[in-house]
Amino acid sequence: MITQVNTHSEYLDPILLHRRHNANDLLQVLREAQEHYGYIHSDAIDYLSEKLNLPRSKIEGVAGFYSFLYLQPRGEYRVLFSDNITDRMLGNMDLMASMCAQLWVESGKLSEDGLLSINTTSCTGMCDQGPAMLVNNIAINRLSNERVSAICELIRERVPVSAWPAEFFAIEDNVRRKDILLGSSFKSGSALAVLQQRGADEILNEVKVSKLRGRGGAGFSTGSKWDFCRVAPGEQHYVVCNADEGEPGTFKDRVLLNSYADMVFEGMTLCARVIGAKKGFLYLRGEYRYLLDHLQAVLQRRRQQALLGKNILGIADFDFDIEIHLGAGAYICGEESALIESLEGKRGTPRNRPPFPVTSGYLNQPTVVNNVETFAATSLIGLNGGSWYAGIGTETSSGSKILSVSGDCDRPGLYEYPFGVTVAQVLADCGARDTQAVQVSGPSGVCIAANEFTRRIAFEDIPTAGAFMVFDQNRDMFEVARNFVHFFAHESCGFCTPCRVGTSLLSNMMDKLAQGFGSPYDFAEIEKLNVLLQSTSHCGLGHSACNSVLDTIAKFRPAYEKRLAHKDFVPAFDLDSALSQARQMTGRDDKGAHLEREDESR
Amino acid sequence: MSPDNKSTFTLDGKTVSYTEGQTIIQAAMAAGEYIPHLCFNPEFKPHGSCKLCTVKANGRQTASCTQQPQPGMVVESDTKELNDERRALLQMLFVEGNHFCPSCEKSGNCQLQATAYQLNMMSPHFDQFFPDRPVDASHSEYLLDFNRCILCSLCVRASRDVDGKNVFALSGRGIKSHLIVNAKSGNLADTDFTGEDKAAHVCPVGVILKKRVGFVIPIGKRTFDEHPIGATPHPTVKGA
Ligand SMILES: Cc1cc2nc3c(=O)[nH]c(=O)nc-3n(C[C@H](O)[C@H](O)[C@H](O)COP(=O)(O)O)c2cc1C
Ligand code: SF4
Ligand code: SF4
Ligand code: FES
Repeated sequence: MITQVNTHSEYLDPILLHRRHNANDLLQVLREAQEHYGYIHSDAIDYLSEKLNLPRSKIEGVAGFYSFLYLQPRGEYRVLFSDNITDRMLGNMDLMASMCAQLWVESGKLSEDGLLSINTTSCTGMCDQGPAMLVNNIAINRLSNERVSAICELIRERVPVSAWPAEFFAIEDNVRRKDILLGSSFKSGSALAVLQQRGADEILNEVKVSKLRGRGGAGFSTGSKWDFCRVAPGEQHYVVCNADEGEPGTFKDRVLLNSYADMVFEGMTLCARVIGAKKGFLYLRGEYRYLLDHLQAVLQRRRQQALLGKNILGIADFDFDIEIHLGAGAYICGEESALIESLEGKRGTPRNRPPFPVTSGYLNQPTVVNNVETFAATSLIGLNGGSWYAGIGTETSSGSKILSVSGDCDRPGLYEYPFGVTVAQVLADCGARDTQAVQVSGPSGVCIAANEFTRRIAFEDIPTAGAFMVFDQNRDMFEVARNFVHFFAHESCGFCTPCRVGTSLLSNMMDKLAQGFGSPYDFAEIEKLNVLLQSTSHCGLGHSACNSVLDTIAKFRPAYEKRLAHKDFVPAFDLDSALSQARQMTGRDDKGAHLEREDESR
Repeated sequence: MSPDNKSTFTLDGKTVSYTEGQTIIQAAMAAGEYIPHLCFNPEFKPHGSCKLCTVKANGRQTASCTQQPQPGMVVESDTKELNDERRALLQMLFVEGNHFCPSCEKSGNCQLQATAYQLNMMSPHFDQFFPDRPVDASHSEYLLDFNRCILCSLCVRASRDVDGKNVFALSGRGIKSHLIVNAKSGNLADTDFTGEDKAAHVCPVGVILKKRVGFVIPIGKRTFDEHPIGATPHPTVKGA
């Protein structure tokens, strides 16, 4: 026992030291600790419990919340196939089945030799270059039969992931249309130079004048948010950049962080000066672990350039630095209060609000949480002024929006437009043909049918956090909605009754329909569930969990109707399939070994 | 706004006064009014997870255990719409776990069961989940029957905030959320839990049960058998 604890101390001590034995960093400690064995050893929890002075139950409770943390061995190679609808459309399920067959492993289980496990995971943000997977939390895209076979070979020969061919890990930006943000030749420090010249008050004023609204979805005025936080009393103020980007179909923040990180960090630094923060966090989703070294290098360079750290640009009391925290597979941590809980090393459960983060956020101190794209936009505004920005886009949606386009089109990738662009224009630009529908803003957004393609991307018409998934006439919109419903059931945090149970009930209902046991009764049930989730759920996840089903029932009803073999209620239980095990055991499959279904006998 | 309605709101038309910091349900209970609830217990900080206490406050639905009233706020609670929703939430809790009331030691003292009677819940309505949740009988005096856990976290709060022990915690996520205890073995016997803990006496359903006192008070003579929930504001549960 003692010697075991000591072996764990060898790799845990440096982690704990680096994290200054700070219990608020528990999630980071666990994530780093896991890199040692590929899972969190039970004895390691004893050691952490002692050193961080935390009860074991708390550590296990946190580890149990996040999809990428394991309390049981998951193998030396942990393969997770991204399972967004766009991955499905590109054949991820066949590739996964083939990989399981080649390596003799059942999906979701550890292989018998303990070498590997294969499973699915929620959208990894690579929809423009899928099908995608994570191997030991590192992204591999553009999977094909050849690539999957090559990976199987590497695993069989136990080649460490770090020695796999570099091209496997190549990730494209795929920037297809540039506008003010993606097209700018922003120089690091240029917006801070304006700040130095004109002061924080004027910068805040420019942000207000710009009428910039948050790009993370809700569209709250950024200027007002900064102002509320600035005047909120507190010992410390904090800036948090939300790079959780978990909404399936969204991948713009990935590109911004890869190629425009200076704009993002500079926006955070402007905010820090405005609200009086000394410390900021970038909360980076675990799926983007591959960006970590690059981002650390950018931060380091900015420190050397006096754009971060003590006395920024030589200004006496201007101290600010940014720390990167990684998520660990939990979409709900994109919700700002759950994100803050996660930053504090807890389970990512949304808080009761009010109070809002601007008055009581990280460590209950005033905190600004903004999306990656929002911060990047504030750099431009700092540089070019608020009225310039307000002149772009529409009256109530100023500036530009970056869309993450994926699905059935020739040129998936990023498209930046001034707000107000029509859906039809985007479809034409990305080379989409015979389009049946577009899912805007991901599963929690809206499904747009062909007769609505003249509608515009703007807060006043179709608001969006950025996802733009295209489905042509050959796609089954029922399966699209079913994929989304499973996503919500998987990502519900489980805190409140309606969402915890309701999302599972909904996915069971959709599965029942998929198996041909549905009836119009189920439509009414789905409608009732939606009302309940809308009115009683604790947070936005529950509120929007039924959206895609309701939209597709309303707009693509035939996709549902062809599954309704019955006019009246039908139980989900199928007597004949219940006999399948008996058939398998007896080796029989003749007519006498089957029960007739009512509808067939009529 | 006139100064005299400064610290009152109306609940289903009745005027209720409140003090700064109180939530709607706290003020309502202090005034002898009943709003259905499960995860709320007046002795603990509100949690806001079961959503049974949902009311309409100035037309907007919100959990009354966490929402603070505003002067003159119009709160609706005992309406058909809200009671229908509460019944659906109860049905969700019933199908999520394994609740076989006739054979449960907590029957008659159970807040879930009593609330279901009060709201006329006649059937579970939804398809049952039938989860596999093994019982923990390791402790010499207490039994944990997780089949009935509704994840209200009262035991978690009691153990952490009152007993200073952290015997219980929630783990997992979504529909896989579950209660764990503070022991490497995962067994209650290996924690510092005792029958004197506050946490031993807060479970609103039949998870945390004292051994060898089963059915001392016969079914039919128990707390909610004699005083339906909501009839008196909050009866003290017998034998707890
Ligand atoms: C379930 C859920 C998931 C969310 N995920 C994200 C996310 O991944 N990124 C993001 O910026 N905002 C996300 N949000 C919105 C945030 O709560 C918050 O409004 C946003 O980060 C504020 O930044 P903004 O004002 O710049 O948009 C999410 C909200 C909900 C309810
Ligand atoms: S709505 Fe869903 S995600 Fe949000 S708190 Fe409730 S269970 Fe968690
Ligand atoms: S054991 Fe009882 S008190 Fe604890 S969370 Fe479950 S239902 Fe609540
Ligand atoms: S009693 Fe208010 S949410 Fe449970």
